[in-house]
Order: sequence, then C-alpha cells, then structure tokens
Amino acid sequence: MTPPEQNNTVEITVDGVAVSARSGELLIAACERNGTYIPRFCYHPRMSSVGMCRMCLVEVDTGRGFALQPSCMLTVSDQMKVSTNSETAKKAQDGVLEFLLINHPLDCPVCDKGGECPLQDQTMAYGPGETRFVEEKRHFQKPIPISETVFLDRERCILCDRCTRFADEVAGDALIHFMGRGNHTEVNTFTDEPFASYFSGNTVQICPVGALTAAPYRFKARPWDLSETLSTAWVDSVGSRVALQASRNRLLRVLGADADAVNWGWLSDKERFGFEALNSAQRLSSPKLRQAAADAEHHWEDVSWGEALERISADLAAAAAERVAVLGGARLTNEAQYMWVKLAKGVIGTDNVDAQLGDGLDPAVVLGLPRATINDACKPGSVVVLLGPDPKEELGVLYLRLRHAVVNDEVTLIEITPTSTGLSHLAQHCLRPAPGRTAQLVETLLAEVCSGTAEDHPAANSTSEDGAEDGAELREAAKCLGQAVSTGAGVTVILGRASLAEASGGVEAAAYALADLETVRFLPALRRGNVLGALESGLAPGLLPGGARLTEASEDLSDLWPQLPAEPGLDAAGVLAAAADGAIDVLLLVGADPLNDFVDRDLAYRGLKGAGQVIAIDLFVNDSTELAASIVLPAAGPSECDGTFTNIEGRVSLMNCKVTPPGTARPDWMIAAELAERIKPGSASLLDSPEAVRAELVAVSDVHKSITEQALVENHLEGVLLASTERAGMLSAPGAGTNAGTSVGPAAEIPDGAYALIAARTMYDDGVMLRHCESSRNLAAAPRVWINPADMEAEGLRDGAAVRLVSDCGHIEATLASEAGVSAGSLKVNWLAPGAPANSLIAADSHVTAVRIQPR
Amino acid sequence: MKPDSASVFTTDNEARAVEIISWFPRPRSAMIPLLHLAQQQDGYVSDAAMRRVGELIGVTTAEVKGTASFYEMFRFEPVGRYLINVCTNISCLLCGGEELLEHACEVLGTEVGGTTSDAMFTLEEVECIAACTEAPCLQVNYRYRGRVTNTDFDRLVEDLRAGQTDIPHHGVLSQVHQRTDAEHRAGIVPPEQAREAPVWISRNSDTQAGD
Repeated sequence: MTPPEQNNTVEITVDGVAVSARSGELLIAACERNGTYIPRFCYHPRMSSVGMCRMCLVEVDTGRGFALQPSCMLTVSDQMKVSTNSETAKKAQDGVLEFLLINHPLDCPVCDKGGECPLQDQTMAYGPGETRFVEEKRHFQKPIPISETVFLDRERCILCDRCTRFADEVAGDALIHFMGRGNHTEVNTFTDEPFASYFSGNTVQICPVGALTAAPYRFKARPWDLSETLSTAWVDSVGSRVALQASRNRLLRVLGADADAVNWGWLSDKERFGFEALNSAQRLSSPKLRQAAADAEHHWEDVSWGEALERISADLAAAAAERVAVLGGARLTNEAQYMWVKLAKGVIGTDNVDAQLGDGLDPAVVLGLPRATINDACKPGSVVVLLGPDPKEELGVLYLRLRHAVVNDEVTLIEITPTSTGLSHLAQHCLRPAPGRTAQLVETLLAEVCSGTAEDHPAANSTSEDGAEDGAELREAAKCLGQAVSTGAGVTVILGRASLAEASGGVEAAAYALADLETVRFLPALRRGNVLGALESGLAPGLLPGGARLTEASEDLSDLWPQLPAEPGLDAAGVLAAAADGAIDVLLLVGADPLNDFVDRDLAYRGLKGAGQVIAIDLFVNDSTELAASIVLPAAGPSECDGTFTNIEGRVSLMNCKVTPPGTARPDWMIAAELAERIKPGSASLLDSPEAVRAELVAVSDVHKSITEQALVENHLEGVLLASTERAGMLSAPGAGTNAGTSVGPAAEIPDGAYALIAARTMYDDGVMLRHCESSRNLAAAPRVWINPADMEAEGLRDGAAVRLVSDCGHIEATLASEAGVSAGSLKVNWLAPGAPANSLIAADSHVTAVRIQPR
Repeated sequence: MKPDSASVFTTDNEARAVEIISWFPRPRSAMIPLLHLAQQQDGYVSDAAMRRVGELIGVTTAEVKGTASFYEMFRFEPVGRYLINVCTNISCLLCGGEELLEHACEVLGTEVGGTTSDAMFTLEEVECIAACTEAPCLQVNYRYRGRVTNTDFDRLVEDLRAGQTDIPHHGVLSQVHQRTDAEHRAGIVPPEQAREAPVWISRNSDTQAGD
C-alpha cells in the first residue's frame, strides 16, 4: 500500500539515530526509506501487510520498554524507539530463519532462484550457519504446473502469502489459496482448476524463494550471468516499465519495474512472457523476395539489403505519390515512426498513411481531447467512466490500477459498455448500450446530468423503451456523474472501442458529448503497442508530427522536409478500398497484418490482392505478407534497438537495446532513413542514430518539446509526459483525420431473428506475435459466442453447443456460452480466435453488424 | 461452471442454503455452514459441493477448498454410511481402546481410516472425545457408545447392518437445524454500515435507558 499522502511527519529513533517518518507509514517502510533495511519475506510495499513470516521482527519501545514486534504490521508513532540490530532482534531473526529452513530443501544449486533468492541472501546475512534439524523434511511432488506457464514447488514454499495475496488482492483472481493446516499447509489450486490468471507471472516475480517458477525462464540462466537494462513493455499501450534481462545476447526474462505512475511493478503475462516471440527461430533474419512457382505456389528467396532497398526505392520513385500507401507502425519506436512519417509524407509525398487498422479511434479525438494520466484516473475519490474495451482483456496493467483504485481508494466506476467486463462487479453503475446506440445512451445520460434532479425530464423517460429499471440505473449514474462534476472530484473517461463490430463514430460522438462536461479528461484505451506515439508522430492521414494539420507545418518542419502532401490522404479503410480498386501501386506494411487485424477481412484480402506491389517490414512473415507481399524486410524487435515509447497517457519512456537483432535485421528507423536517402539524397543524411531522429522530432513538434535528453535521463524510471498543448481546435474541425465519423446516423435496424454483433478482444488471440510465444500460444482463446441466457433458451440451444454465425459478409464457427452480461438481442464473439476470425463477419462501412445463429 | 454443480444440493438443501446465506450480512460468511450442509447431505464435502458453495456465495473454488481444508472435521473423501470413531487417547488407552480398535479392524475387515467394501462403515481413530468416564468409548456418526467391549462392538455392527438403531446415516454433528427468529437475529447489514447497536444489545439497553 502506498502510504497516505500526508505532510505531518513524526520523529522516530532507529538504532539510536533520530529520523523522520511520515505519519501512518509502516515502520519497515520508514526504516528502509531512512537507510535501514529490515529483512522480510512476506512484506511487499504494493500489498497489504499480513505479518506471516515474522522475519521483520525488531525491538520497539513505544513507552513500555523494548519488545519484539513485526515491523511490517506496525505504523510509526511519535518518539518511537526502534532497535533493528539488538541482540534480541538478531536472535529472533536467527530463530525465524532456522524455523523457515526446517522444511526448506537445500536444492539451491539446481534452483532457479539461487543467486537472487531473498531466503538465501538473508540466511547468509542474518541466519544460523548450521542446521540443528536432523529429522526428515516434508516432501511434496516436485514442481507441479499450476497454470500453462507457472510451476509450483511446494517443498520450497515458506508460506509467505505473497502469491495468494497478489492473486486475491491485486489481480482479483483468487485461484490459488493455502490448503490444509499446520505443518501440512501448502499453496495450491482447486482440483483441475488451474491458476488461469492473466497476471500469474507476477507471483513468480514476487516469490521470495524458488517455489514459483515460470516456464520461459526455467533452467535457462543463472542470475549472475544476466545483464539487465530498463526498458518499456511493447505488447500493449500501457507502457509498463520493465527490466530486460539477457545472457549471451539472448533475451531470457522480463521483470516488471516499479514505476509509481505506471505499473507499480506489475505486468500482464503477455507483457512478461511476450518476449519469447522475439527469440523465435521463425524471426525474419534477412530480406526476402517472393519467387513465384508453378500452380500458384511460391517460395521466399534471400536477397541482399542493397538489392531489396534498390528495388523498393525504384518502385517508390516510379509510383505517383498518391498511389503509395503505408499501413501500420504502431509496433515501432517514436523515432522509427517519425522516420516513416518523414519518408512517406516528406519524401514520397503521400498522405495515405495510417497506423490504426480501422480498429482504433479518430486521431482528432485521441489527440484533441484533454488527456488524463493513469494517476488522474486513479485519484482517490474521483469517478471513472469506462466507455471502451474490457481493460482486463486489453490493457492488463490498467485493469490492475483501476481495480486497486476502486477497491481501496474509493474511486467510483461507471461502466458504459455493451457487455459485462472484468470490472463490472466493481462498477457502481453499469449501463449497457445496444450495439450502435452508445452515443444516444451517453446523450441521454448527459441530458439527465444537466437537468439535475428533475424527475420527469423527458430524456429520462425516453429510455423507458429499454425498461424502467435501466432508466433508474441511468438516473443514478447521472446523479453520480453530476456530483463528481459539480464537486470537482475529477472524471476520467477511458475511451476506446468496446466492440470492433460497430463503427467508431458512436464512441467518438459520445466522447465529444462528454467533453462538454467540465473537468472531464480522457484516457485513450487503444490497444496496439505504441499507437499513441504513432498518432503523435503523424502516422495518420492529414496529420504531421505533434498533431499539426498538413497546412499547419512549422517552419522547422518545412525546412527539414523536402515536401509536404497537398491533400489529406486515405485512412486504412480508404487505402484498402483504393487498393482493391487498383488505385494503389505500392502498399507498405510496417508491422501490419491487415488480414487479421483490419475490421473487414474481405476488404483486407481484396486490398492486398489488388495492390500493385505489397512490401512488408516486419519481424515475421504474417498471413498478409504470405498472401501478397513481394518483398519482406526483417526489422529489429523492441529489445533490439534504442528508442522511446509513448503510452496511452502520452508518457514517453526509453526503450533500450539489450540484444542484437537476428541475422541482418535492421531497426525500422534505419530502413526508413535508407529509403529516404535513396529517393531524395540528403533528406536523411544527418539522421544516423535514434538520438538524432529524436532531436529532429523534438525540433519539428511542439508536443515533443518536453522530451529532452536530459528529461529522459532524469526521469528514466517514470518517463516524461508530452508537453500539454491545447489542441481542442482539432475537435472543432472534424475531418482532421478522414475517418472522423462524428455524425451518428440513425440506429441501424437489426432484422428479425438476427442479433447485433459485439466483437471484443481477448488477452490472448491468434495474433502473429502470440503464435510464436512458445509457452503462451496454447492460451489463445477458442472461438466462443456469448449469448444472453433468455435468447439461448428462445433459440432452443444449450451451453457448449457448436454453432455457426452468419452475416452478410461471411461466417465463422464457434462454441456457444450463456452470459448474463450480454444484453438480449446481442451476441459477443472473441476477436481473432484461432480458425474463426471475427473480422470475416464485419463490413468496414456498416454501422452495426447483424448476424444470424445456426446450429451446426 | 461445471454442469453438475447446480444439482449438488437436494431441492430442500438448496433452499436451506439460500436461507443460511440470508442470515449473514455478507454471503461469504455462510461458507462454513454451507460446507456443513454439504457434508450432512453426502457424508463428505465433494469437489462438486465446493464448486456449488463457491457459486452461491461468490468466492472462488480455491478459496472454498482452502478454508474447508483448514478444518479437520470436514472430509473430502466419501465415507461409509456409518462413521465409527474409536478413541485411543489416554483414558481409553488404559481401558482397552487400542484393543477395541484392533478388534474393529478385524471385524470390519478394513484398515484404520478405511471404508468397508460395501460402503457401510468407515473406521477412524480419534483423540479424546471427552467421554473419559465411559472409556473405552467410540462414536458412530457422532453418537456416543461408552464402555464398549468387543461383544458390544459386534452387536453394534450387527444392529447397524440390520438397520435396527436410531443412528441416522452419515456422519454429521447435528441434524437439528438452528432456527433463530427474526426478532433475535443480528441486523443483516455489513458491519461498516451498521448504525445501530446489535439487537441483543439494543434489546437490553431499553431497560437501562429508563433509569
């Protein structure tokens, strides 16, 4: 627990030295802050204290003489006298360790924790040199898998309660628990119910002994062989700070770093174990050229970088600027993104650039709305409106932070999502808009907020079609929201796409409406990696670095860029539609897999097939490149190049190179600089390092002015927020991004007998990176259809039935599951399930998607 | 959710479970009484029962099992129709408890802790059951028998097999269900929301307030 923010300090004496502590602080924390480390196993600063291990016993005099007390259970009080190294305290610590070691096996030489083990270290420092215990130790079956990735060795466990506390308190998945009693106590799961938590890896990191180990690191290295660097997690857009650990030029482990503003040391398992993909033998290691063979088969042939770049630059130079398009780039560092923007817009001269694949939000909304930080959202007493995807599935660490805020800091959560989420049971109010009706619901809500307590306001009654109960819930939510606005408690809207099966316009319109409330701030819940960095760098149609429009280029930018596109270009949907019509000669995929990630699979297919030439820059050959690319360039992964990352808050933090890329793979910024230099010599000749690229980005963009080298070094743990620039102007002119679908059309009719589709992402899907994660690939969620129990009964189907979903565009096959959190008349499917891509049901231009359900 | 979980409790017991939950301000407080109910019904707490209890009170199965396994008198393996506990603590030991236990093993043809093949009897050795004046003593489904000789034991087994005793099936502490009328119940509000003194205090404070 973070100590309450209080200014009042108290004076305490630690080992004869007077120090000041914060009132309300735990003694163990106060001592550590003042330089006296008290040994501990169960105490963890981010969890509540339990006093399980007794290792932190110290002598405390609170006025009645010295007595042994566990310092993790004691808050400081004025004039407290503490002795951490008296004979009594030392004897107690020695005794506790002797007891802990009674049943602890001496298998340190083969234990993964050996060398970084708190039990080992503290036995050396505080414990007895020899054992007096000659009896048989207790025995358990050596490591048992408690989940797909985590192994438990109960013999080594010292019952500190850290993992079980984490599972219950922090993650909210109490799937492991102490079983039995006394000498037979053990940590375990329920029979046949694994510790299937998205956050299970954290228990491995906080285990003070080698009882919990994770599959990707087991027996891979010894701690003293590892070298470490601080970096930023790349698999989602929270930007958790991590420590990358490598040995012999191979990335072996990722640990969470405790950045107070971001991840508190926690990581989702995808952030923690996703690095495995980077070590995959399938990684691209040299440029490849497609060689057609007979009967439509093809194979890839290695070519030199020189030849590949020569071909690409010749193709790019030959094509008319508006017939070139760049898709993707959210995987890249800020520097690489800027370099690609400069290549596309400044050198080639095309504005057909989009980092989001129809699954994001209008850049004008993301950049123009006042932005909140995670700490703003979690500020005690404030209100959070979840108008977006399930954070538990998409932005794991944000879920942990929000959960903590709601459970411990009296943050009120109002959920406006089409289905229940991982936070629903904590939400004060849940509003369930039918697909396509989010904007209307939010407008009704706001009308209610503005009308105050007027009972018979027409807006309130207009919801009566959804039932009186919903109307009451809406009035309560409005009251809560109104109160927060009037008292200035702070309102944060988590804004994103809860369903990819409906157009983004509804959510955007709702956001515009909410922005009218005073003090409301927004936290964009876009999922893909460095997507905010991409938008801030200008990887979106109509935008330049820093969110400037094409016509608002700064002088510095005009000096440094050879040219600028004249007209705003096409977004991802536009590019793919144009490509399908044969209007795109060169389509560059920068870490993009439109076939799987774009909302409309059919359009993605036609676009890829219809483009004159598809060139991919990626870590792997993905489904889209396999289908259509003629040249594939290998890119360096996130742990293989230096750069910076911008998270959803606009917090820029360093990504550091830890290992060398496979083969001849190069950083993305370097590839773009090479191409720029070949097409317009001199345009990138000075950009020979990520630092140089960053310096140019800072020079041309107002928003990036705060990202100085000095600031990045000084705030190396938490990162630096982008300069807050008032960009509300972007909002008043919808169309800054061409996909600004701010006008909400009439709610589309769902025909009788059909359901409105909700497509939501899950933590693990069939994405190309996860496919190459050895230990996590089996976790990809199987295709499921969630249906309201009443609808299921009406259909005459049962749980677990195999069904086929059919829309106007295509069909998928999945297993049916009843879920009360899905409103009647809707169906929820998981996005990108193996063998059942939900985007084959969706048309890019439709407002909502109607599907029918057929038994199979 | 496993398909079998909804049918773990009989209809009566399911209703009773719901009633028990209503006695407590927080559903999870009903965990132990519900586990007793499950054991009373089946003689042991099955995995399916723990799943159902978890569903009813909104906690995970791991928490249910973790709590249940702390208590030694919850059983997690099926028991025979009659659970026989033979005491071998000091008084019974002196008066022939161990010999009685050995005899019981022979008669029933099972190990200590085992269940007969016809699933009629489960035999266990227990520590003092607080009937030292009646040593050696044993319990059948928690019903006491004192000063038990080998012959007594043989007759007891015969009677039980013939169904000629008043001992109910399966081992439970009590078949008598506690009924607390509404007037005497504590207020069903979470402690942090309680604004009034509990009913057993407020009821008595009326008289004191008068003086």
